[in-house]
Amino acid sequence: MRIVFKTGYMQDIRPWKDRYQLGLYLILLAVVVAAPWWLDEFYLGELTNVLIWAIAGLGLMILTGHTGQISLGHAAFLAFGCYANVILIEAGVPFLIAFPLAGILTGIAGVTVAIPALRLHGIYLAIFTMALSILMDDVIVLAEPITGGVAGKYLGGVEIFGHLVDRWATPDQFFWLVLIVAVLVTLGYINLLRAPLGRSFIAVRDSEVSAQAMGVDIAKTKTISFALSCAVTGWAGALMGLYAGAFNNETFSVLISIQLLMMVVIGGLGSIHGAFLGAVVIGFLPQFLSISKEYIGAVVGGSTVAIPGLEFGIFGVILIGFILFEPMGMYGRWLKIRTWFELFPFYRKDMFKRQKSYLKTERLR
Amino acid sequence: MDNAQLLISGLANGCVYGLIALGFVLIYKATEAVNFAQGDFMMLGAFVTIGLTNTEYMGLPFWLALPISLGIMGALGYLLDRLIIRRLFGESQTAVVILTIALGFVIRFVAGLIWGHEPQTLQNPLAGKEVRVGELVLGMEDVAVIIVTVALTWGLYVFFSKTKLGLAMQGASQNQLAAYYMGIPVKRVQGFIWALAGIVAGIAGILFAAKGSVDPTTGLLGIKAFAAAVIGGFGSLPGALAGGLIVGVIEPFASRYIAAGYSQIAPYALLLAVLIFRPNGLFSQVRVKKV
Repeated sequence: MRIVFKTGYMQDIRPWKDRYQLGLYLILLAVVVAAPWWLDEFYLGELTNVLIWAIAGLGLMILTGHTGQISLGHAAFLAFGCYANVILIEAGVPFLIAFPLAGILTGIAGVTVAIPALRLHGIYLAIFTMALSILMDDVIVLAEPITGGVAGKYLGGVEIFGHLVDRWATPDQFFWLVLIVAVLVTLGYINLLRAPLGRSFIAVRDSEVSAQAMGVDIAKTKTISFALSCAVTGWAGALMGLYAGAFNNETFSVLISIQLLMMVVIGGLGSIHGAFLGAVVIGFLPQFLSISKEYIGAVVGGSTVAIPGLEFGIFGVILIGFILFEPMGMYGRWLKIRTWFELFPFYRKDMFKRQKSYLKTERLR
Repeated sequence: MDNAQLLISGLANGCVYGLIALGFVLIYKATEAVNFAQGDFMMLGAFVTIGLTNTEYMGLPFWLALPISLGIMGALGYLLDRLIIRRLFGESQTAVVILTIALGFVIRFVAGLIWGHEPQTLQNPLAGKEVRVGELVLGMEDVAVIIVTVALTWGLYVFFSKTKLGLAMQGASQNQLAAYYMGIPVKRVQGFIWALAGIVAGIAGILFAAKGSVDPTTGLLGIKAFAAAVIGGFGSLPGALAGGLIVGVIEPFASRYIAAGYSQIAPYALLLAVLIFRPNGLFSQVRVKKV
């Protein structure tokens, strides 16, 4: 067990706990950067996909995990970012300007959504955002002159300093592009959490009333949270568009919103690790299922027929399992395992027990 | 005349939305959580009845299958609460929301496995019969849907406001701890309400399957029922029915009088408008939160 002696206040808000932890993450980063050399092309593509989902998950994590505002409509912002990026590029804006701009525009869109959403809580907010996500589908079809409607749009690679970055032609470069975005977003996120803004997010999540009493401007905090969350999601959407190559109104359906929310729940709400762990589950589940189906088919001798809806069915079961047995997600489970080892004989079962909150409604009848 | 015809079919559709919304409201009233799988429950109710009645499955007589399938749905609702939801007692509403979304996926998957993905209709004694009122031609199913929905809403409303159990349910939802102290068996009340919601979903499913065809994705209709429940304000049973009727009536008129492409937006646009301007629904029951 390592004991960190804190000798100054700066040490308390340092992004890493000690040199050991910093070294561990640097090694992880080095391994991932080198992925094109030790992974074949197919799995590199899958890893890229996982990273893109992780960025989207980070976006949602800001809003749902750290500000406590549940959103079932983030696919709408994925779509917004994706289309904004492509439309800017088609208008002749270079990618290095179009990409950040796409995120910023999505953030502004998020603010316009946040203003009516400020008055909504819990379930009403979930339904509001869900309706947004459904409407986005129709809006894309209706805005055909700009978005290409049902026929969709096509984007084959982008140029960065005259260098082609494309999912198929240069998968290595595309992977690094995604990785750079993921690392930058993660660093920004870590920094946010140790700044006053990030702490006010958490205060709003834990109790709006107490946050207000402590001097947190709730409306402002929520709006900023929406803006940041949507901007990050917009970037993820732009990368998703690049990854998919072709997309139309149905690419970012409400199911993607739900999947995104489930992803952060499985990963662990309220932790950066959670977004990445959830993305790994989402990204590799289809592959895992098809591989295991083939394996079972080979062993049992049955045919490997495609079962429609299997993926979502299994997904639902996994999610129910997590909510019942590990509400803190995969990261929460990892924390428990680590604590068990760190405190070896002294771990107690109720160490991570959460306080129960009994229902008290604000309804009058 | 045309408009009257549209109105009647809109009302019948609206009643189905209203019935799903009724399920939302029941659970919301008793546990302050929303069952996002209520639409899928309805689909399951429809398929259970189809499985019992239709000649290619078990072929039971319709009036015998009816109580059996409602019983099955009630039992499913109770078991769901007993085995899953009750474990979340004391957790946040968000957990229940996400859990029921996941449950919806599982129900859709299981229904697809058992009954396939082809649209099916319920063979029922009302099919094909018509009622003529003046020049109006009404499908017997539409009339049945409207009558059953109104009766059910009224019955539930009386149940909640007059009977001891109904009042206990309201108490349990308003303050769980205080309800415990008053001797209300909060957990058992919750189980009962989930069973009731299962039965209501079963009724909605049977009516829906009698009117048109069902397939495993029919449950996504629940999203429109959200619009109904939100317009009604989530805490009010007559409000849910009114919301359902509003959504149901708007749909055929929108598709008739508004350009294609814009018309299917109408219910969701209405939902957003209600949420923006009256965040607690048209029949609001909430005042400012006090500490």
